[in-house]
Amino acid sequence: MSNDDITVAASDFSLDNAQVSSIASSWKAYKSRLRSGDLGALPSMLAITVLVAIFSLSTDSFLSLRNAQNFLEQAAPIAVIAMAVSFVLLLGEIDLAAGYTAGVCAAVLVIQLRDGWALPAAIALSAVVAIVLGVFTGVLVAKLGIPSFIVTLSNFLIFQGILLLLVKEGGTIRLENERVQNLVGSNMSVGLSWAFGVIAVAALSFIMLRRLRGSHGTVSASATYLKLVVVAVVVLGATAVLNIDRTPPKGTKTLEGMPVAVPAVVVILVVLTFLLTRTRFGRHLYAVGGNAEAARRAGIRVDRIRLIAFTLCALMSAVGGAFIASAIDSVSAKSGGNDTLLLAVGAAVIGGTSLFGGKGRMLNAVLGALVLALIPNGLPLVGKKVIFGVELDFSDSGIKFIISGSFLLLAASVDAISRKRAA
Amino acid sequence: MVSHMVWAGSTNGGVHLMDNVQPILELSGVNKSFGSVHVLHDVDFRVYPGTVTALIGDNGAGKSTLVKSVVGIYGIDSGTVSFDGRQVHIAGPKDAAALGIEVVYQDLALCENLDIVQNLFLGRERLRRGLLDEGSMEKSARETLASLSVRTVKSVRQSVSSLSGGQRQTVAIAKAVLWNSKVVLLDEPTAALGVAQTKQVLELVRNLADKGLGVVLISHNMNDVLQVADRVCAMYLGRIAADVEVTKETRREFLVELITAGRSGDVGIAAEGVTI
Repeated sequence: MSNDDITVAASDFSLDNAQVSSIASSWKAYKSRLRSGDLGALPSMLAITVLVAIFSLSTDSFLSLRNAQNFLEQAAPIAVIAMAVSFVLLLGEIDLAAGYTAGVCAAVLVIQLRDGWALPAAIALSAVVAIVLGVFTGVLVAKLGIPSFIVTLSNFLIFQGILLLLVKEGGTIRLENERVQNLVGSNMSVGLSWAFGVIAVAALSFIMLRRLRGSHGTVSASATYLKLVVVAVVVLGATAVLNIDRTPPKGTKTLEGMPVAVPAVVVILVVLTFLLTRTRFGRHLYAVGGNAEAARRAGIRVDRIRLIAFTLCALMSAVGGAFIASAIDSVSAKSGGNDTLLLAVGAAVIGGTSLFGGKGRMLNAVLGALVLALIPNGLPLVGKKVIFGVELDFSDSGIKFIISGSFLLLAASVDAISRKRAA
Repeated sequence: MVSHMVWAGSTNGGVHLMDNVQPILELSGVNKSFGSVHVLHDVDFRVYPGTVTALIGDNGAGKSTLVKSVVGIYGIDSGTVSFDGRQVHIAGPKDAAALGIEVVYQDLALCENLDIVQNLFLGRERLRRGLLDEGSMEKSARETLASLSVRTVKSVRQSVSSLSGGQRQTVAIAKAVLWNSKVVLLDEPTAALGVAQTKQVLELVRNLADKGLGVVLISHNMNDVLQVADRVCAMYLGRIAADVEVTKETRREFLVELITAGRSGDVGIAAEGVTI
């Protein structure tokens, strides 16, 4: 075939350029993606909008500046562990022990700090423990072929036992290190907050514009600019709001600036997104989750990808454990227990990560965490309300669980239905 | 009709129009048994560059075993495999791929959650400074599809789940030939396709051969075979019953008889030679 033929035929792919060159056509492409069942971040964005609207209409205290900080700090640990389990969810696997992995690693960190270890050394030991736990799970799942549900259900009990032995039953160990304490519960200075907001917008612009240039027309320019403007407004707007002085009337310490947890979660989100979308490992992770047999035939070492995914899950859970410990400045036998794991998996699924594997993004986990943190944050503020003649106390834990569970069920249904439609 | 169709048993290649062309892939006297079941009997099989060779035969005739032996998934018990005139030992699909032999299996080895570019380069991603080089892969994907005259795909960034069966088959085939392969074995590429899509894929098969590749088309569909193949190898109970040229006079019934009885007229395995 001559070169002329190739260029002629290649021009057929000018459709690539025509298809997504304007906002209107990008919108059309987006709509057809929605119709094919790929909802992406839409459900979680809708849920956030609806919940914020309901809570701010039913109580004045919800939209307060101090509650904004509370809310973000409640969402942070869920978001981190949700990102951790996303690694294994993308494979179509599950890690039911991620919560207690977080608990065990947090306990190791806090105990070593109490015993006078330097922070880097304590972090290193905590990371080593996480890797050991992750490799243990990974080997059982990837090499022995035991279903991850069973392996991690067993680990759920085993790790809980380890945590109990570490902190002793009923015991609490105080977190002694100020820098770890500050991870959740303290704010950056106003100047640093602005610097972070501006750098975040600049970095994102740089990445998106470079992708646009290198895409040979498959990425729409106008849609990119629109996205950039929206992101810039949201990020800089949030920075401005969080930089308003929110010191309580009788407070002694000035409260202003962005909570430290926010940039911490954003940095983790960016690094993990980069790992999933720009590296060979990330591509192979999606491939194994989509069709393990095809991945194997393409020469991908499927069991190695599984092993690495479980290890990364444990490692990121350990980071989440640090967030959990920092939120209450201590660890106990309950750290990482209760509903930690369920909220994390729920957050990922509500965000649009498929339980069947192969579909999802790290951003989904963070958006889902915002949804699941909104519910326990907003409900107690609503308090007692009479609805259709029935008095309901929305600060009741029972109502919180029922509503959180319903959102999760809704998200899982959306996942299953969209999968059916795509098939 | 049969004057130029020559019996090609285990010993005699016969007078062949292809005799002056060296086969790119040649199997001679290949035997393969699974336990007491003798699946391949002294199989001689040749693939010529620029030629579509159809491999036909009933279920259990040994087609799949032959393909899997070619790419080294099964080791052969005896016989030789030559590639480009040199005798080679193929221990597995990686060896086969290194020589330039690719197989497109019936159950398409594609990841539906990935797009076309991601599938084409799966397992062999191009990197730049350690990171995926999307731009370069996208460009090559477009060029490969264009060189195969694939015009039905809207965008190389379309997810495979949004493609039709024919388009998926096209992507699977493109994936096999992206690596400058010399021999492509296609396992029932049109089995699950409608009329228009079958036509599309057959055109692609023809294109591959016209580009100089040796193409093996495994098929149950005699219309496909007559339409696109240059040669036909019919397998019957583990033997090559016939290795003939396809001409305008080749009839469908002739091929069906080769498949069902191992012989047709004076072409095929002699009746007494067959023991079941």
